[in-house]
Amino acid sequence: MKTLLEMSGVSVSFDGFKAINNLSFRIGEPELRAIIGPNGAGKTTFMDIITGKTRPDEGTVIYGEKSISLLKMSESQIAMAGVGRKFQKPTVFEAQTVRENLAMALKNKRGPFDVLLYRKTKRGAERIEELAEIIGLTDALPRVAGELSHGQKQWLEIGMLLAQDPRLLLVDEPAAGMTPAEREHTTDLLKRAAKKHAVVVVEHDMEFIRRLDCRVTVLCEGSVLAEGSLDHVTSNPQVIEVYLGR
Amino acid sequence: MTRTFLTQNRSVFWFLLALGIFALIVTVLSDAAGNGMISTSFVKTLGKTLCLMLVAVAMDVVWGYTGILSLGHMAFFGLGGYMIGMWLMYARTEIIVTESLLAAAIPPTPQEIHDAIGTQIFGVVGSSEFPAIWIFAHSFWLQIAMVVLVPGLLALVFGWLAFRSRVTGVYLSILTQAMTLALSLYLFQNESGLRGNNGLSGLQNLPGLDDVPQATLSIAFFWASATALGLGYVLFAWVTSGKFGSVIRGIRDNESRVRFLGYHVEGYKLFVFTLTGIVAGIAGALYYPQAGIINPNEIAPIASIYLAVWVAIGGRGRLYGAALGAAFVSLLSSWFTSGAVPSVPLGFYTIQWTDWWLVLLGVSFVAVTLLAPKGIGGLFDLISTRHPTPARVGDFGPDTGARRTAEGEEEK
Ligand SMILES: Nc1ncnc2c1ncn2[C@@H]1O[C@H](COP(=O)(O)OP(=O)(O)O)[C@@H](O)[C@H]1O
Ligand SMILES: [Mg+2]
Repeated sequence: MKTLLEMSGVSVSFDGFKAINNLSFRIGEPELRAIIGPNGAGKTTFMDIITGKTRPDEGTVIYGEKSISLLKMSESQIAMAGVGRKFQKPTVFEAQTVRENLAMALKNKRGPFDVLLYRKTKRGAERIEELAEIIGLTDALPRVAGELSHGQKQWLEIGMLLAQDPRLLLVDEPAAGMTPAEREHTTDLLKRAAKKHAVVVVEHDMEFIRRLDCRVTVLCEGSVLAEGSLDHVTSNPQVIEVYLGR
Repeated sequence: MTRTFLTQNRSVFWFLLALGIFALIVTVLSDAAGNGMISTSFVKTLGKTLCLMLVAVAMDVVWGYTGILSLGHMAFFGLGGYMIGMWLMYARTEIIVTESLLAAAIPPTPQEIHDAIGTQIFGVVGSSEFPAIWIFAHSFWLQIAMVVLVPGLLALVFGWLAFRSRVTGVYLSILTQAMTLALSLYLFQNESGLRGNNGLSGLQNLPGLDDVPQATLSIAFFWASATALGLGYVLFAWVTSGKFGSVIRGIRDNESRVRFLGYHVEGYKLFVFTLTGIVAGIAGALYYPQAGIINPNEIAPIASIYLAVWVAIGGRGRLYGAALGAAFVSLLSSWFTSGAVPSVPLGFYTIQWTDWWLVLLGVSFVAVTLLAPKGIGGLFDLISTRHPTPARVGDFGPDTGARRTAEGEEEK
């Protein structure tokens, strides 16, 4: 398993408050990794740093075989390099149909002229059908995304993530608003994606994490508190104190 | 592709049909080609209105579709007018000067003719030298190229600077106002090389076409404007449909999300800003020969604000709404400001519409924004069902070999 992303010594502060504190993290490809931690631990900020939304005050983020630094790249360049993200709060394009949402995310050339001259292909249409099947939104394809339920929007967002065919999938709280059956389906999806790619999942739900059956990183106050199997970290007294004990 | 494009965008078909019928009716009723029910000056007003509709459609693409409230697009419109005006003035003055110099005993040299043209054009600003920016004015084709290049380049450079530093929202609007204000203030100066506040005039007289009556010219320009509007409409309908339209509407609604999908948002904004700037320039180049005169007032910040008001009243986010809004408000405006509308005596006060028209416009703008955000275009939702029933419900045939509904959907 070769390293896909390596973050070291990263710190970020917002108005003097250290949201990320000398954080180091690495993930291989393929690998599935769960991140847990109390609210405000910096899990979302961690993803913001990788995707270029937040620039760290110090530290390095190295990605890929060529060890390129993500810190010098714009959000869209990072996305094009193969980093895909599902946001904590589902943010789909509500005024557009499910099909348009998926089509926009589909892995294709992204330049203005490429998109202007883009012609619908049979392969693209098939891929959209296939994704819709996976996320259970086949019947909703022509519907406007704003009409979907919260859970369906979560699914659509996951579908958009898969459509980009990224190498590194950052999945922020996917299970919120889902039924137990849907959660199970989501874990299956993520595990399948992690056979080929690197997948980082942030989640609160312990059942969900247990089902992922992977290495777990515990974040607290912006740095790594413990790392290892779920049983290993949950038996760590510090972890019990800050997170599980409450 | 054209067929699917037209079936997908029914409004394009109806718009072109309506525009064609309108143009034919105006022609039949005009002085030049018909029974003269419509005066030549009104044909010019209608032709100018078509140009305003074109720039409004462009504005709708920038604002209604991409979410960039540009309050500077009339600067590009004005620049287009200036560029064509330079050639019109030069070429016409050239003819006049050559004729008068021919009477002299010694035939004039080209340099003498050139100097005489300079004296004629720049006498009003106390100069006779040709400024450097007039270098192409002698050539129709070069100056036509300027109509596209100058507004396009300004839009490109301004947009690049503004979008690159991620200026958005109100700040961007203010920046565009500053741009158009700076440009108009610059042009007001005599040293700007475009005759200061005199502007360029006599543009209605086409060089070498003195024998052609204005009635005929007005119809020719009317048709040119209608053609430009039709082509512009098709162009923008194409740009805003399909995947590109999807991306720019995405930028309007949530630009950072579009970024995280890997799209270079600034590039898209720049593309839209520049393309619409160029179309605005072309619209201006057709407008000002019909207006006859252009001066820096035309580029004043208020002009671009009016443009936004037309689009808002017409209903942004749909091209025909913007076009209708521009036509409706600008025609109404010229009617009210012409003094033809009877005053309303209230006993204690008489409402003079020439004074009160702006108040009425302002109130309508606020009312439309608050009460009917879809604007005039929204009226069309009343006559056509908003969610049209699909052409076919269910699969296309009974057995599994038949085309499935999904395939039909994909083709639509
Ligand atoms: N843009 C921001 N500005 C100021 N504070 C922020 C910002 N983003 C996150 N924070 C703060 O950083 C801390 C970590 O937030 P976050 O990463 O969202 O936590 P988590 O996702 O683990 O719940 C929180 O205290 C939050 O208030
Ligand atoms: Mg979070």
